Amino acid sequence: MTAVTERYDPPTDATRGLHPITTDPVPEPTVQVGTTTLPMDPPYRAPLYRSSLARCPRQPLVPLPHGPTERAAPLFGEGLVRPEDADLTHQHPGEPLGERIRVTGRLLGSDGRPIAHQLVEIWQANAAGRYAHQVDQHPAPLDPNFTGTGRSLTDDQGWFSFLTIKPGAYPWRNHPNAWRPAHIHFSVFGRAFTERLVTQMYFPGDPLLEHDAIAGSVRDPKARQRMVARFDWEHTEDHWCLGYRFDVVVGGHLATPLEPAS
Amino acid sequence: MTTSTPSTATEGPSAPEHPALLPTPSQTVGPYFAIGLRWLTRPDLVPPGSPGALRLIGRVLDAEGRPVPDAVLELWQADPEGRFPPESAPGWTGFGRCPTDEEGRFAFTTVVPGPVGPGQAPHADLSVFARGLVQRLLTRVYFPGADPERDPVLAAVPPERRATLLAKPEGPGTLRFDVHLAGEDETVFFAW
Ligand SMILES: [Fe+2]
Repeated sequence: MTAVTERYDPPTDATRGLHPITTDPVPEPTVQVGTTTLPMDPPYRAPLYRSSLARCPRQPLVPLPHGPTERAAPLFGEGLVRPEDADLTHQHPGEPLGERIRVTGRLLGSDGRPIAHQLVEIWQANAAGRYAHQVDQHPAPLDPNFTGTGRSLTDDQGWFSFLTIKPGAYPWRNHPNAWRPAHIHFSVFGRAFTERLVTQMYFPGDPLLEHDAIAGSVRDPKARQRMVARFDWEHTEDHWCLGYRFDVVVGGHLATPLEPAS
Repeated sequence: MTTSTPSTATEGPSAPEHPALLPTPSQTVGPYFAIGLRWLTRPDLVPPGSPGALRLIGRVLDAEGRPVPDAVLELWQADPEGRFPPESAPGWTGFGRCPTDEEGRFAFTTVVPGPVGPGQAPHADLSVFARGLVQRLLTRVYFPGADPERDPVLAAVPPERRATLLAKPEGPGTLRFDVHLAGEDETVFFAW
């Protein structure tokens, strides 16, 4: 009789893809603010993320004083987005397969203020881990009832809420046997062009998270946690869907104080 | 999930409602962004052929000089009077979004923006998103006639690198602005 043992596979250099990537003489990216040098996080040169190596800049970034162009932001209020665009489960004649979820959150500035009436765009794989995109060749089924794209304008308190299905994990070519944890891509606009942000939302308890080169491009573990949604009873609906809460906080590198809202 | 900073007693009763928050980190748009972002593809800030319209074309190239076919660019600029929404001219959004093609090419149709402040030469902000970029890259497109000594942003750029920010006339009504992510002609990118 063999005892059932708990098995845990901690991340290794191989599962994180460290070994195939050689170091090259790219300097550590930093931001210079006055006389203070701050590390970029995530740095453009992300050592575990192979595609970053040929695309990261080598020269130091130049601090951009925030002028009128940087303090303004695009407005998207003119009937561009319909309420049903936030429901990814009713874009086709049938319902998509998968675990129905509601992702609710707030768009906030780093000053803590909600960002009202601004655009949030999302995209994701289906429940099997396949994108409705011609480049995706993962041999997992497409779902004829799922496109995986949504958008919403935040309400006057910065809230957004998407009804969708939980995306599956999927393989990628970063290194042998590389798998992305389940995630939803988020693109948001802020009150200033400096607050433009694209990020990814991850799911709590995902065993792939600590192996992932993209989530792992963020060096600060506490900052990585800010990309992980939390399970949310409040938005879980009986016999309907599980709720997840994901707030998106936008702020620039240079922490320039924003002018008070008028 | 978030960290609050202590509020001072002088901030008044509304202060605790808005504790300072740490930002959500940036992540790459990945290879499949088109399904989420192409619905808002807007290469034309003004209709082609309208008065003052010019084409702003270019390519996105990587450290080896190879075209980047899976990037998306966002242009943001003032109207010809130097204004942004909601003060700008009716119909002016100031916002463009254009994916690159298989040769790394992009093309916007826009107009020369007006001056937005003292000493600021006509410019647009340009964001580059791509697979492999964990954060967007932010640069500025300067329209012809910019005086590098007077513009405060250009003046802060090392003189030998300023040319990477200047759009170059290429035939009538056309400006070229190539984006070199890295390499000998690496474009100047900004921290914001
Ligand atoms: Fe993805």
